[in-house]
Amino acid sequence: MTIQEQKQELVEEFEMFDDWMDRYNYIIEMGKEVEGIGEEFKTKQYLISGCQSQVWLAANLQDGKIHFNADSDAIITKGIVQLLLKVVNDRTPQEIVDEDFSFINQIGLQEHLSPTRSNGLTSMIKQIKLYALVFKTKVELNK
Amino acid sequence: MNFDIQKIRADFPILQQKIRGKSLIYFDNGATSQKPSVVLERMDRYYRTENSNVHRGVHHLSQIATDAMEKSRERIREYLNASSIEEVIFTKGTTESINLVAHSFGKAFIHEGDEIVISEMEHHANIVPWQMLCEDKKATLRVAKINDDGSLDMAHFSSLLNEKTKLVAIAHISNVMGIINPVKEIIDLAHQKNIPVLIDGAQAVPHKQVNVQELDCDFYVFSGHKMYAPMGIGILYGKKKFLEEMPPYQTGGEMIKDVSFEKTTFNELPFKFEAGTPMVADIIGLASAIDYLEEVGFENIKAYENELLEYGTKAFSTIDGLEIIGTSKNKSAVISFVLKGIHHYDAASLLDQMGIAIRTGHHCAQPLMNRMGIAGTIRASFAFYNTKEEIDSTVEALKKVQMMLG
Repeated sequence: MTIQEQKQELVEEFEMFDDWMDRYNYIIEMGKEVEGIGEEFKTKQYLISGCQSQVWLAANLQDGKIHFNADSDAIITKGIVQLLLKVVNDRTPQEIVDEDFSFINQIGLQEHLSPTRSNGLTSMIKQIKLYALVFKTKVELNK
Repeated sequence: MNFDIQKIRADFPILQQKIRGKSLIYFDNGATSQKPSVVLERMDRYYRTENSNVHRGVHHLSQIATDAMEKSRERIREYLNASSIEEVIFTKGTTESINLVAHSFGKAFIHEGDEIVISEMEHHANIVPWQMLCEDKKATLRVAKINDDGSLDMAHFSSLLNEKTKLVAIAHISNVMGIINPVKEIIDLAHQKNIPVLIDGAQAVPHKQVNVQELDCDFYVFSGHKMYAPMGIGILYGKKKFLEEMPPYQTGGEMIKDVSFEKTTFNELPFKFEAGTPMVADIIGLASAIDYLEEVGFENIKAYENELLEYGTKAFSTIDGLEIIGTSKNKSAVISFVLKGIHHYDAASLLDQMGIAIRTGHHCAQPLMNRMGIAGTIRASFAFYNTKEEIDSTVEALKKVQMMLG
Protein backbone atom coordinates (compact mmCIF):
# COMPACT_ATOMS: atom_id res chain seq x y z
CA MET A 1 0.00 0.00 0.00
CA THR A 2 1.39 3.41 -0.86
CA ILE A 3 1.44 6.19 1.71
CA GLN A 4 -1.46 7.84 -0.15
CA GLU A 5 -3.53 4.66 -0.13
CA GLN A 6 -2.85 4.11 3.55
CA LYS A 7 -4.02 7.63 4.42
CA GLN A 8 -7.08 7.26 2.23
CA GLU A 9 -7.95 4.02 3.97
CA LEU A 10 -7.76 5.67 7.39
CA VAL A 11 -9.86 8.63 6.30
CA GLU A 12 -12.50 6.26 4.92
CA GLU A 13 -12.47 4.18 8.09
CA PHE A 14 -13.08 7.25 10.22
CA GLU A 15 -15.86 8.46 7.93
CA MET A 16 -17.85 5.39 8.86
CA PHE A 17 -18.13 6.38 12.51
CA ASP A 18 -21.36 8.15 13.45
CA ASP A 19 -20.35 9.42 16.83
CA TRP A 20 -17.41 10.25 19.02
CA MET A 21 -17.69 7.05 21.03
CA ASP A 22 -17.13 4.89 17.96
CA ARG A 23 -14.23 7.07 16.94
CA TYR A 24 -12.60 6.89 20.34
CA ASN A 25 -13.28 3.21 20.83
CA TYR A 26 -11.43 2.66 17.57
CA ILE A 27 -8.50 4.79 18.72
CA ILE A 28 -8.40 2.94 22.03
CA GLU A 29 -8.35 -0.38 20.15
CA MET A 30 -5.52 0.92 18.00
CA GLY A 31 -3.70 1.94 21.14
CA LYS A 32 -3.80 -1.67 22.25
CA GLU A 33 -2.18 -2.74 18.96
CA VAL A 34 0.94 -0.67 19.51
CA GLU A 35 3.88 -3.04 19.42
CA GLY A 36 5.51 -0.78 21.94
CA ILE A 37 9.08 -0.06 22.62
CA GLY A 38 11.64 -2.05 24.57
CA GLU A 39 12.20 -1.02 28.16
CA GLU A 40 15.76 -0.05 27.17
CA PHE A 41 14.26 2.73 25.04
CA LYS A 42 12.10 4.12 27.82
CA THR A 43 14.81 6.55 28.76
CA LYS A 44 15.25 10.30 28.58
CA GLN A 45 17.01 9.96 25.23
CA TYR A 46 13.88 8.67 23.52
CA LEU A 47 11.32 10.53 25.59
CA ILE A 48 9.17 13.22 24.06
CA SER A 49 7.82 14.95 27.08
CA GLY A 50 4.39 16.51 27.10
CA CYS A 51 2.70 18.18 29.99
CA GLN A 52 -0.21 15.74 29.88
CA SER A 53 1.16 12.50 28.46
CA GLN A 54 4.53 11.20 27.38
CA VAL A 55 5.70 9.52 24.21
CA TRP A 56 8.81 7.44 23.58
CA LEU A 57 10.03 7.17 20.03
CA ALA A 58 12.94 5.27 18.45
CA ALA A 59 13.77 4.72 14.79
CA ASN A 60 16.09 2.65 12.64
CA LEU A 61 16.82 2.40 8.96
CA GLN A 62 16.47 -0.97 7.24
CA ASP A 63 16.87 -1.48 3.51
CA GLY A 64 16.36 2.21 2.85
CA LYS A 65 13.16 2.38 4.90
CA ILE A 66 12.56 3.76 8.36
CA HIS A 67 10.97 1.66 11.05
CA PHE A 68 9.67 3.49 14.11
CA ASN A 69 8.85 2.08 17.50
CA ALA A 70 6.86 4.15 19.91
CA ASP A 71 4.90 4.00 23.12
CA SER A 72 2.97 6.29 25.42
CA ASP A 73 1.68 6.23 28.97
CA ALA A 74 -1.84 7.24 27.83
CA ILE A 75 -3.92 4.88 25.69
CA ILE A 76 -5.51 7.57 23.50
CA THR A 77 -2.12 9.08 22.78
CA LYS A 78 -0.94 5.55 22.05
CA GLY A 79 -3.81 5.03 19.61
CA ILE A 80 -2.94 8.19 17.74
CA VAL A 81 0.72 7.19 17.77
CA GLN A 82 -0.29 3.91 16.16
CA LEU A 83 -2.33 5.80 13.57
CA LEU A 84 0.66 7.96 12.68
CA LEU A 85 3.00 4.98 12.55
CA LYS A 86 0.61 3.10 10.24
CA VAL A 87 1.20 5.88 7.74
CA VAL A 88 4.90 6.52 8.17
CA ASN A 89 6.31 3.13 9.12
CA ASP A 90 8.52 1.37 6.61
CA ARG A 91 8.54 4.30 4.21
CA THR A 92 11.59 5.92 2.65
CA PRO A 93 13.06 8.98 4.36
CA GLN A 94 11.97 11.12 1.38
CA GLU A 95 8.33 10.02 1.69
CA ILE A 96 8.28 11.01 5.34
CA VAL A 97 10.04 14.31 4.73
CA ASP A 98 7.32 15.12 2.19
CA GLU A 99 4.41 14.11 4.45
CA ASP A 100 2.43 17.01 5.95
CA PHE A 101 0.17 14.95 8.26
CA SER A 102 -2.92 16.91 7.22
CA PHE A 103 -4.87 13.64 7.12
CA ILE A 104 -5.16 14.02 10.91
CA ASN A 105 -7.46 17.00 10.33
CA GLN A 106 -9.49 14.99 7.85
CA ILE A 107 -10.21 12.34 10.46
CA GLY A 108 -11.17 14.94 13.04
CA LEU A 109 -8.37 14.42 15.52
CA GLN A 110 -6.64 17.75 15.05
CA GLU A 111 -7.33 18.78 18.65
CA HIS A 112 -4.92 16.09 19.82
CA LEU A 113 -2.21 17.59 17.66
CA SER A 114 -2.58 21.15 18.83
CA PRO A 115 0.70 22.30 20.37
CA THR A 116 -1.23 23.62 23.36
CA ARG A 117 -2.64 20.17 24.07
CA SER A 118 0.79 19.23 25.26
CA ASN A 119 0.45 15.47 24.99
CA GLY A 120 3.75 14.92 23.20
CA LEU A 121 2.18 14.24 19.78
CA THR A 122 3.12 17.51 18.12
CA SER A 123 6.69 17.05 19.20
CA MET A 124 6.51 13.44 18.07
CA ILE A 125 5.67 14.49 14.52
CA LYS A 126 8.58 16.91 14.57
CA GLN A 127 10.79 14.11 15.82
CA ILE A 128 9.56 11.72 13.10
CA LYS A 129 10.45 14.33 10.49
CA LEU A 130 13.81 14.95 12.08
CA TYR A 131 14.64 11.24 11.99
CA ALA A 132 13.62 11.14 8.32
CA LEU A 133 15.82 14.11 7.52
CA VAL A 134 18.80 12.63 9.32
CA PHE A 135 18.38 9.25 7.61
CA LYS A 136 17.92 10.95 4.24
CA THR A 137 21.19 12.83 4.68
CA LYS A 138 22.90 9.66 5.81
CA VAL A 139 21.71 7.74 2.75
CA GLU A 140 22.82 10.52 0.41
CA LEU A 141 26.25 10.75 2.00
CA ASN A 142 26.75 7.01 1.58
CA LYS A 143 25.91 7.07 -2.12
CA MET B 1 -30.81 30.54 51.91
CA ASN B 2 -31.36 33.41 49.52
CA PHE B 3 -29.75 31.73 46.55
CA ASP B 4 -31.49 31.26 43.22
CA ILE B 5 -29.18 29.09 41.13
CA GLN B 6 -31.08 29.64 37.89
CA LYS B 7 -30.84 33.38 38.33
CA ILE B 8 -27.12 33.08 39.11
CA ARG B 9 -26.50 30.96 36.01
CA ALA B 10 -28.29 33.52 33.87
CA ASP B 11 -25.71 36.07 35.02
CA PHE B 12 -22.97 34.15 33.16
CA PRO B 13 -23.50 34.27 29.39
CA ILE B 14 -20.81 31.68 28.59
CA LEU B 15 -22.67 28.98 30.52
CA GLN B 16 -25.57 29.14 28.08
CA GLN B 17 -23.62 27.61 25.21
CA LYS B 18 -23.36 24.04 23.98
CA ILE B 19 -20.06 22.23 23.54
CA ARG B 20 -20.12 19.47 20.91
CA GLY B 21 -23.88 19.63 21.06
CA LYS B 22 -24.00 19.15 24.83
CA SER B 23 -24.63 21.65 27.60
CA LEU B 24 -21.31 22.90 28.86
CA ILE B 25 -20.33 21.61 32.29
CA TYR B 26 -17.61 23.93 33.46
CA PHE B 27 -15.64 22.37 36.31
CA ASP B 28 -12.35 24.15 35.65
CA ASN B 29 -12.95 27.10 37.93
CA GLY B 30 -9.67 26.57 39.74
CA ALA B 31 -7.93 27.52 36.50
CA THR B 32 -10.17 30.46 35.77
CA SER B 33 -13.72 31.46 36.55
CA GLN B 34 -16.34 32.69 34.11
CA LYS B 35 -17.37 36.34 34.07
CA PRO B 36 -20.81 37.68 34.96
CA SER B 37 -22.54 40.12 32.61
CA VAL B 38 -22.17 43.01 35.06
CA VAL B 39 -18.37 42.76 34.84
CA LEU B 40 -18.40 42.50 31.05
CA GLU B 41 -20.81 45.42 30.75
CA ARG B 42 -18.78 47.57 33.11
CA MET B 43 -15.62 47.00 31.06
CA ASP B 44 -17.49 47.60 27.85
CA ARG B 45 -18.82 50.88 29.21
CA TYR B 46 -15.29 51.91 30.19
CA TYR B 47 -13.98 51.40 26.67
CA ARG B 48 -17.04 53.00 25.07
CA THR B 49 -17.28 56.08 27.23
CA GLU B 50 -14.38 56.54 29.64
CA ASN B 51 -11.20 55.22 28.01
CA SER B 52 -8.20 57.45 28.38
CA ASN B 53 -4.76 57.13 29.90
CA VAL B 54 -4.82 57.69 33.63
CA HIS B 55 -3.14 60.07 36.06
CA ARG B 56 -1.01 62.87 34.54
CA GLY B 57 -3.73 63.82 32.01
CA VAL B 58 -5.51 67.11 32.63
CA HIS B 59 -8.34 66.60 30.17
CA HIS B 60 -11.82 65.48 31.09
CA LEU B 61 -11.65 61.82 29.99
CA SER B 62 -8.33 61.26 31.69
CA GLN B 63 -9.84 62.56 34.90
CA ILE B 64 -12.79 60.22 34.56
CA ALA B 65 -10.58 57.19 33.86
CA THR B 66 -8.25 58.07 36.75
CA ASP B 67 -11.22 58.52 39.01
CA ALA B 68 -12.73 55.19 38.03
CA MET B 69 -9.42 53.43 38.56
CA GLU B 70 -8.70 54.98 41.95
CA LYS B 71 -12.26 54.37 43.11
CA SER B 72 -11.69 50.73 42.18
CA ARG B 73 -8.52 50.69 44.26
CA GLU B 74 -10.50 52.00 47.19
CA ARG B 75 -13.17 49.35 46.56
CA ILE B 76 -10.53 46.61 46.57
CA ARG B 77 -8.96 48.06 49.74
CA GLU B 78 -12.33 48.00 51.43
CA TYR B 79 -12.97 44.41 50.32
CA LEU B 80 -9.58 43.29 51.70
CA ASN B 81 -9.90 45.53 54.73
CA ALA B 82 -6.40 46.88 54.07
CA SER B 83 -5.59 49.90 56.21
CA SER B 84 -4.80 52.19 53.27
CA ILE B 85 -4.85 52.33 49.48
CA GLU B 86 -1.06 52.63 49.59
CA GLU B 87 -1.04 48.93 50.42
CA VAL B 88 -2.99 47.89 47.34
CA ILE B 89 -0.72 47.40 44.31
CA PHE B 90 -2.01 46.48 40.86
CA THR B 91 -0.13 43.70 39.11
CA LYS B 92 -1.08 41.43 36.25
CA GLY B 93 -1.74 38.43 38.45
CA THR B 94 -0.69 36.27 41.39
CA THR B 95 2.49 35.20 39.61
CA GLU B 96 3.60 38.76 39.02
CA SER B 97 2.73 39.72 42.60
CA ILE B 98 4.94 36.93 43.95
CA ASN B 99 7.74 37.81 41.55
CA LEU B 100 7.51 41.42 42.64
CA VAL B 101 7.91 40.48 46.29
CA ALA B 102 10.68 37.96 45.53
CA HIS B 103 12.55 40.64 43.63
CA SER B 104 11.99 43.70 45.78
CA PHE B 105 11.64 42.19 49.24
CA GLY B 106 14.52 39.91 48.31
CA LYS B 107 16.71 42.84 47.35
CA ALA B 108 16.03 44.65 50.61
CA PHE B 109 15.77 41.85 53.14
CA ILE B 110 17.31 38.55 51.98
CA HIS B 111 20.99 37.92 52.51
CA GLU B 112 23.44 35.05 52.33
CA GLY B 113 22.62 32.28 54.77
CA ASP B 114 18.98 33.37 55.21
CA GLU B 115 16.10 30.95 54.84
CA ILE B 116 12.72 31.13 53.15
CA VAL B 117 10.01 28.63 54.10
CA ILE B 118 7.40 27.32 51.65
CA SER B 119 5.41 24.06 51.64
CA GLU B 120 5.18 20.88 49.60
CA MET B 121 1.76 21.81 48.25
CA GLU B 122 2.75 25.06 46.55
CA HIS B 123 1.99 25.99 42.96
CA HIS B 124 5.13 26.47 40.85
CA ALA B 125 4.48 30.22 40.98
CA ASN B 126 5.08 30.09 44.73
CA ILE B 127 8.18 27.91 44.39
CA VAL B 128 10.28 29.06 41.47
CA PRO B 129 10.58 32.80 42.30
CA TRP B 130 11.87 31.86 45.79
CA GLN B 131 14.18 29.24 44.36
CA MET B 132 15.70 31.83 42.02
CA LEU B 133 15.99 34.35 44.82
CA CYS B 134 17.72 31.82 47.07
CA GLU B 135 20.12 30.89 44.31
CA ASP B 136 20.87 34.52 43.72
CA LYS B 137 21.41 35.42 47.36
CA LYS B 138 22.94 32.12 48.50
CA ALA B 139 19.97 31.68 50.79
CA THR B 140 18.20 28.37 51.49
CA LEU B 141 14.68 27.31 50.57
CA ARG B 142 13.08 25.17 53.28
CA VAL B 143 10.02 23.10 52.49
CA ALA B 144 7.36 22.26 55.07
CA LYS B 145 6.00 18.73 54.70
CA ILE B 146 2.39 17.73 54.27
CA ASN B 147 0.52 14.81 55.79
CA ASP B 148 -0.93 11.94 53.76
CA ASP B 149 -4.37 13.57 53.82
CA GLY B 150 -2.86 16.62 52.12
CA SER B 151 -2.94 18.90 55.16
CA LEU B 152 0.13 20.83 56.21
CA ASP B 153 2.31 19.13 58.82
CA MET B 154 2.18 21.98 61.32
CA ALA B 155 4.77 20.43 63.64
CA HIS B 156 7.24 20.22 60.79
CA PHE B 157 6.34 23.69 59.61
CA SER B 158 6.99 25.27 62.97
CA SER B 159 10.25 23.32 63.39
CA LEU B 160 11.54 25.10 60.27
CA LEU B 161 11.10 28.57 61.73
CA ASN B 162 14.29 29.94 63.23
CA GLU B 163 16.36 33.10 63.45
CA LYS B 164 17.60 32.59 59.88
CA THR B 165 14.05 32.49 58.46
CA LYS B 166 13.31 35.77 56.70
CA LEU B 167 10.02 34.94 55.01
CA VAL B 168 7.25 32.35 54.92
CA ALA B 169 5.35 32.02 51.61
CA ILE B 170 2.41 29.67 51.68
CA ALA B 171 -0.85 29.02 49.85
CA HIS B 172 -4.12 29.95 51.52
CA ILE B 173 -5.79 27.08 49.63
CA SER B 174 -4.01 24.33 47.67
CA ASN B 175 -4.73 24.62 43.95
CA VAL B 176 -4.55 20.86 43.46
CA MET B 177 -6.50 19.56 46.44
CA GLY B 178 -8.53 22.52 47.65
CA ILE B 179 -7.17 22.07 51.15
CA ILE B 180 -7.48 25.20 53.28
CA ASN B 181 -4.35 25.94 55.26
CA PRO B 182 -4.65 27.29 58.80
CA VAL B 183 -3.18 30.60 57.69
CA LYS B 184 -4.03 32.48 60.86
CA GLU B 185 -2.10 29.94 62.91
CA ILE B 186 0.78 29.98 60.39
CA ILE B 187 0.99 33.76 60.55
CA ASP B 188 0.87 33.82 64.35
CA LEU B 189 3.61 31.20 64.63
CA ALA B 190 5.83 33.11 62.21
CA HIS B 191 5.16 36.45 63.86
CA GLN B 192 6.19 35.06 67.24
CA LYS B 193 9.64 34.88 65.65
CA ASN B 194 9.25 38.18 63.77
CA ILE B 195 9.07 36.45 60.41
CA PRO B 196 6.89 38.10 57.78
CA VAL B 197 4.40 35.95 55.87
CA LEU B 198 3.19 36.04 52.28
CA ILE B 199 -0.10 34.29 51.57
CA ASP B 200 -0.83 33.09 48.05
CA GLY B 201 -4.56 33.67 47.94
CA ALA B 202 -5.16 32.77 44.28
CA GLN B 203 -7.44 29.85 45.15
CA ALA B 204 -9.01 31.48 48.21
CA VAL B 205 -10.51 34.73 46.96
CA PRO B 206 -13.20 33.12 44.79
CA HIS B 207 -14.53 31.22 47.79
CA LYS B 208 -14.15 33.32 50.88
CA GLN B 209 -14.01 36.81 52.25
CA VAL B 210 -10.44 37.76 53.07
CA ASN B 211 -9.60 40.23 55.81
CA VAL B 212 -5.90 41.09 55.70
CA GLN B 213 -5.85 43.02 58.96
CA GLU B 214 -7.54 40.24 60.83
CA LEU B 215 -5.14 37.68 59.32
CA ASP B 216 -2.31 40.11 59.98
CA CYS B 217 -0.46 38.73 56.93
CA ASP B 218 2.39 40.87 55.61
CA PHE B 219 1.65 40.17 51.96
CA TYR B 220 -1.47 38.75 50.33
CA VAL B 221 -1.50 38.06 46.59
CA PHE B 222 -4.23 37.00 44.20
CA SER B 223 -5.53 37.16 40.63
CA GLY B 224 -8.75 38.77 39.49
CA HIS B 225 -9.57 36.17 36.87
CA LYS B 226 -10.15 33.39 39.38
CA MET B 227 -12.71 35.56 41.19
CA TYR B 228 -15.03 36.35 38.28
CA ALA B 229 -12.99 39.38 37.14
CA PRO B 230 -11.05 39.69 33.88
CA MET B 231 -7.66 38.17 33.16
CA GLY B 232 -4.66 40.45 33.42
CA ILE B 233 -5.31 42.04 36.80
CA GLY B 234 -3.83 40.87 40.05
CA ILE B 235 -3.35 42.37 43.48
CA LEU B 236 -0.43 42.61 45.78
CA TYR B 237 -1.45 43.64 49.24
CA GLY B 238 1.58 44.47 51.35
CA LYS B 239 2.06 46.12 54.70
CA LYS B 240 3.26 49.65 54.21
CA LYS B 241 6.27 49.17 56.48
CA PHE B 242 7.66 46.58 54.06
CA LEU B 243 6.55 48.18 50.80
CA GLU B 244 8.25 51.42 51.80
CA GLU B 245 11.56 49.69 52.34
CA MET B 246 11.36 47.69 49.14
CA PRO B 247 12.94 49.05 45.95
CA PRO B 248 10.80 49.28 42.77
CA TYR B 249 10.29 46.12 40.72
CA GLN B 250 10.00 47.58 37.25
CA THR B 251 10.86 51.11 36.27
CA GLY B 252 9.43 53.50 33.71
CA GLY B 253 6.58 55.95 33.59
CA GLU B 254 4.06 56.56 36.39
CA MET B 255 6.34 55.22 39.13
CA ILE B 256 8.74 58.18 39.17
CA LYS B 257 8.73 61.52 40.86
CA ASP B 258 11.64 63.27 39.12
CA VAL B 259 13.89 62.03 36.39
CA SER B 260 17.15 63.51 35.27
CA PHE B 261 20.01 61.68 33.65
CA GLU B 262 21.88 61.84 36.92
CA LYS B 263 19.21 60.59 39.27
CA THR B 264 15.62 59.43 39.45
CA THR B 265 13.47 59.69 42.52
CA PHE B 266 10.55 57.37 42.83
CA ASN B 267 6.91 58.08 43.29
CA GLU B 268 5.09 57.22 46.49
CA LEU B 269 3.11 54.10 47.28
CA PRO B 270 1.31 52.49 45.61
CA PHE B 271 2.56 54.05 42.35
CA LYS B 272 6.19 53.16 43.07
CA PHE B 273 5.36 49.59 42.08
CA GLU B 274 3.16 50.40 39.09
CA ALA B 275 5.42 51.22 36.17
CA GLY B 276 3.76 51.91 32.83
CA THR B 277 0.13 52.23 31.83
CA PRO B 278 -2.02 50.10 34.11
CA MET B 279 -4.77 47.76 32.91
CA VAL B 280 -7.50 50.25 33.74
CA ALA B 281 -10.48 48.35 32.32
CA ASP B 282 -9.43 45.17 34.13
CA ILE B 283 -9.01 47.04 37.41
CA ILE B 284 -12.51 48.48 37.09
CA GLY B 285 -13.70 45.00 36.13
CA LEU B 286 -12.22 43.58 39.32
CA ALA B 287 -13.99 46.16 41.48
CA SER B 288 -17.21 45.33 39.69
CA ALA B 289 -16.67 41.58 40.29
CA ILE B 290 -16.24 42.32 44.00
CA ASP B 291 -19.52 44.24 43.96
CA TYR B 292 -21.16 41.26 42.31
CA LEU B 293 -19.69 38.75 44.79
CA GLU B 294 -20.80 40.81 47.75
CA GLU B 295 -24.25 41.09 46.25
CA VAL B 296 -24.47 37.31 45.93
CA GLY B 297 -22.98 37.18 49.41
CA PHE B 298 -19.84 35.37 50.54
CA GLU B 299 -21.84 33.51 53.18
CA ASN B 300 -24.26 32.26 50.53
CA ILE B 301 -21.37 31.32 48.26
CA LYS B 302 -19.65 29.41 51.03
CA ALA B 303 -22.79 27.56 52.07
CA TYR B 304 -23.74 26.62 48.51
CA GLU B 305 -20.22 25.59 47.50
CA ASN B 306 -19.91 23.46 50.63
CA GLU B 307 -23.12 21.73 49.62
CA LEU B 308 -21.61 21.04 46.17
CA LEU B 309 -18.39 19.77 47.74
CA GLU B 310 -20.21 17.44 50.10
CA TYR B 311 -22.54 16.21 47.38
CA GLY B 312 -19.69 15.81 44.88
CA THR B 313 -17.43 13.98 47.32
CA LYS B 314 -20.22 11.51 48.09
CA ALA B 315 -21.19 11.08 44.44
CA PHE B 316 -17.62 10.65 43.18
CA SER B 317 -16.87 8.19 45.98
CA THR B 318 -19.49 5.81 44.59
CA ILE B 319 -17.27 5.21 41.54
CA ASP B 320 -15.18 2.05 41.83
CA GLY B 321 -11.48 2.70 41.58
CA LEU B 322 -11.76 6.43 42.18
CA GLU B 323 -9.44 7.79 44.83
CA ILE B 324 -9.69 11.36 46.06
CA ILE B 325 -6.35 13.10 46.56
CA GLY B 326 -6.47 15.40 49.57
CA THR B 327 -8.99 14.04 52.04
CA SER B 328 -8.42 16.53 54.84
CA LYS B 329 -11.69 17.86 56.26
CA ASN B 330 -11.00 21.54 55.77
CA LYS B 331 -11.49 21.99 52.05
CA SER B 332 -12.84 24.41 49.47
CA ALA B 333 -14.99 23.16 46.59
CA VAL B 334 -12.32 21.18 44.76
CA ILE B 335 -12.23 17.43 44.18
CA SER B 336 -8.98 16.10 42.80
CA PHE B 337 -8.86 12.39 42.07
CA VAL B 338 -7.23 9.54 40.23
CA LEU B 339 -9.00 6.66 38.47
CA LYS B 340 -7.34 3.32 38.96
CA GLY B 341 -5.64 2.11 35.79
CA ILE B 342 -6.68 5.16 33.76
CA HIS B 343 -4.36 7.87 32.56
CA HIS B 344 -5.63 11.37 33.27
CA TYR B 345 -5.11 12.45 29.67
CA ASP B 346 -7.39 9.67 28.43
CA ALA B 347 -10.06 10.56 30.95
CA ALA B 348 -9.95 14.27 30.11
CA SER B 349 -10.06 13.61 26.35
CA LEU B 350 -13.22 11.55 26.71
CA LEU B 351 -14.84 13.93 29.21
CA ASP B 352 -14.16 16.74 26.76
CA GLN B 353 -16.13 14.83 24.13
CA MET B 354 -19.03 14.86 26.60
CA GLY B 355 -18.88 18.63 27.07
CA ILE B 356 -17.19 18.50 30.47
CA ALA B 357 -14.38 20.95 31.09
CA ILE B 358 -12.12 19.55 33.74
CA ARG B 359 -8.39 19.97 34.36
CA THR B 360 -5.88 17.17 34.44
CA GLY B 361 -2.18 16.76 34.90
CA HIS B 362 0.20 18.02 37.54
CA HIS B 363 -1.57 21.39 37.93
CA CYS B 364 1.77 23.23 38.06
CA ALA B 365 2.58 21.45 41.31
CA GLN B 366 5.05 18.75 40.35
CA PRO B 367 6.66 18.50 43.81
CA LEU B 368 3.21 17.76 45.28
CA MET B 369 2.63 15.05 42.65
CA ASN B 370 5.96 13.47 43.63
CA ARG B 371 5.03 13.69 47.30
CA MET B 372 1.72 11.91 46.61
CA GLY B 373 3.42 9.40 44.30
CA ILE B 374 1.19 10.16 41.29
CA ALA B 375 1.76 11.52 37.78
CA GLY B 376 -1.26 13.76 37.81
CA THR B 377 -4.85 14.09 38.91
CA ILE B 378 -8.23 14.87 37.43
CA ARG B 379 -9.53 18.01 39.14
CA ALA B 380 -13.11 19.15 39.34
CA SER B 381 -13.18 22.64 40.82
CA PHE B 382 -16.61 24.09 41.47
CA ALA B 383 -18.02 27.59 41.43
CA PHE B 384 -21.33 28.78 42.82
CA TYR B 385 -22.89 28.60 39.34
CA ASN B 386 -22.38 24.83 39.21
CA THR B 387 -25.16 22.43 40.10
CA LYS B 388 -25.71 19.00 41.62
CA GLU B 389 -27.18 17.91 38.28
CA GLU B 390 -23.84 18.70 36.65
CA ILE B 391 -22.11 16.56 39.26
CA ASP B 392 -24.54 13.70 38.51
CA SER B 393 -23.83 14.00 34.79
CA THR B 394 -20.10 13.95 35.48
CA VAL B 395 -20.42 10.80 37.58
CA GLU B 396 -22.24 9.15 34.66
CA ALA B 397 -19.57 10.43 32.28
CA LEU B 398 -16.79 9.05 34.47
CA LYS B 399 -18.48 5.65 34.49
CA LYS B 400 -18.58 5.80 30.70
CA VAL B 401 -14.89 6.69 30.66
CA GLN B 402 -14.14 3.65 32.80
CA MET B 403 -16.25 1.45 30.56
CA MET B 404 -14.45 2.66 27.43
CA LEU B 405 -10.98 2.47 28.87
CA GLY B 406 -11.46 -0.57 31.06
